Amino acid sequence: MAILVDKNTRLLVQGITGREGEFHSRQMLEYGTQVVAGVTPGKGGQFACDGRVPVFDTVAEAVEATGANTSVIYVPARFAPDAILEAADAGIGLIVCITEGIPVMDMIQVKAYLDQKGVRLIGPNCPGLLSPGQAKVGIMPGHIATPGPVGVVSRSGTLTYEVVYALTARGIGQSTCVGIGGDPIIGTRFVDVLEMFEADPQTEQVVMIGEIGGNDEEIAAKFIAERMTKPVVAFIAGRTAPPGKRMGHAGAIIEGGTGTAAEKIAALEAVGVHVAEHPEQIAELIAAMRS
Amino acid sequence: MKLHEYQSKRIFARYGVPIPEGDVATTPEEARAIAERLGGTVVVKSQVLVGGRGKAGGIKLARTPEEAEQVAAQILSMEIKGLPVRKVLVDRAADIRQEIYLGIVVDRAAARPVMMASSEGGVEIEEVARTNPEAIKKVHIDPFIGLRGYQTRYLAKGIGLDPAFHREFDRIAHGLYRAFVESDASLAEINPLVVTANDDGSLSLLAVDGKMVLDDNGLFRHPDLTEMRDIDEETPAEREAREAGLSYVQLDGEIGCMVNGAGLAMATMDIIKHFGGEPANFLDIGGGAKAERVATALRLILADPNVKAVLFNIFGGITRCDEVARGILTALEEVKPDVPMVARLVGTNEEEGRRILEESGYSMITATTLAEAAQKAVAAARAR
Repeated sequence: MAILVDKNTRLLVQGITGREGEFHSRQMLEYGTQVVAGVTPGKGGQFACDGRVPVFDTVAEAVEATGANTSVIYVPARFAPDAILEAADAGIGLIVCITEGIPVMDMIQVKAYLDQKGVRLIGPNCPGLLSPGQAKVGIMPGHIATPGPVGVVSRSGTLTYEVVYALTARGIGQSTCVGIGGDPIIGTRFVDVLEMFEADPQTEQVVMIGEIGGNDEEIAAKFIAERMTKPVVAFIAGRTAPPGKRMGHAGAIIEGGTGTAAEKIAALEAVGVHVAEHPEQIAELIAAMRS
Repeated sequence: MKLHEYQSKRIFARYGVPIPEGDVATTPEEARAIAERLGGTVVVKSQVLVGGRGKAGGIKLARTPEEAEQVAAQILSMEIKGLPVRKVLVDRAADIRQEIYLGIVVDRAAARPVMMASSEGGVEIEEVARTNPEAIKKVHIDPFIGLRGYQTRYLAKGIGLDPAFHREFDRIAHGLYRAFVESDASLAEINPLVVTANDDGSLSLLAVDGKMVLDDNGLFRHPDLTEMRDIDEETPAEREAREAGLSYVQLDGEIGCMVNGAGLAMATMDIIKHFGGEPANFLDIGGGAKAERVATALRLILADPNVKAVLFNIFGGITRCDEVARGILTALEEVKPDVPMVARLVGTNEEEGRRILEESGYSMITATTLAEAAQKAVAAARAR
């Protein structure tokens, strides 16, 4: 089963002729993802990735010609809000935005618009999605993952790989790995993904990787207590982060004394979630649960 | 990016928010001249990017220009929470009858701005939220509809503001909202917004203190605001890092870390602490980091005299391990470090990355797991 992306995903790449767009399109193709189209304004009619992917000027043209149903965005921050809105208006149902650095004010408008249209956005500032053995959408390194029963959802990119790598090393596969992104305003939050994993028959356990800033982990803790039957193992990055300093991600900041790792860990432990001390311990906890 | 009080208030004023007459001085003589021009009692306020200026003695009243000069001399020689005072704002003192709070932040969970008002002006809003949450009234603002009159009336009535001031409050709230949106701010607050008695005895609202924090990601739209950045907001190393596209926060431990990805960088700091060490910094070299950027990162880490060991923790996704390895070598050729280095490279192009490091001839401690890498780095730092 998996969630969000699978064998039936027909992927469109916005920004496919850029350096990162092209590099990762090749990686996605190699993984077996159906990359059916690319969009770069002004380059319609060309082909990308050694002639394998037709390029269109607009998302609407690409959707009409190829039946793309999912889009991944690699365009620079100042053009990314436009790219997201274009995809939503062209009827794409799932948009994955990798781009980092989109202003919050733009994301507030984009999110409000997408919510009205009922379009799902993953990210921005995220590594994308990976349903091992089925589809890779974004920048996660595919070779570290393997199909299996653990759902992974994370605000971080590389920290997700760390955990997936450790799970795979222990012979524990993943249903889908979801990077929801490190920005203050994101399209899809922990609770949304937890709900999908709860409903997904392939998923038996869930790993949730949070970090300092905001209160999404606390909201997730409440959801886990009230709605989830599947066990959740969590990790929160930033126990040693000083207050008032943005730790890389625009959303990773302790403000006004709130959003600390300690608060999040306490909220999760209060509802019976196992919180790992360091990333590699997550795999140990999952392994213990499964044996 | 944080703005000073005087910068924030000047922005608010452009949107029709009334602020006290005043100006900024960098010397006691300038402060005196401003006080002379304003006439009457003035308030001399330190301009530093931390809270608690009043408690620290960084805000003082002066009745005469001479006194303003003395007080300014005193404040300009102060350090507040480690930050030297380089500027003071000299404002005409207000005859304050009532103090309220008015501010806007982004509510992350609601994904929209929230305007908050409180009857407890002059107190930090977080403090009020803890001690007297009922005193705070909030309205969420739809990004397409904007702030509406009924919302500002709800706030004004909710905090018990005299109806005589509701129209003025509405005007100020709209000004503040426009300043917030048009500056790409993540916070804009007036604290306190006061009811003041004017010279003719009439009463009106006045933004006595102001604060803004801008979204760094929105600064490309605001070259004028970008120029307002204060040098004290960052250490010189942090500034160099930002200009190089790195995110770096200096800490006071002994193990320098170079990591790709913010979450992994935090987790690396945490695991160093977990195994008994102290991280010297947070450093995320970002997605798709190029050799040059990696070299800058390593130079920054090694420039910190507290660093006794360096830990490279690279997990390749959009960043390719071979690029990072080349960056490390470029930097090593320039910097010639004399501290032990522990390297862990996993993910995209990991074999190539490891091969580059191995064939380089530099002695580097290698590790495959994060726990192993952290333990080796802690041991290496201890051994020195």
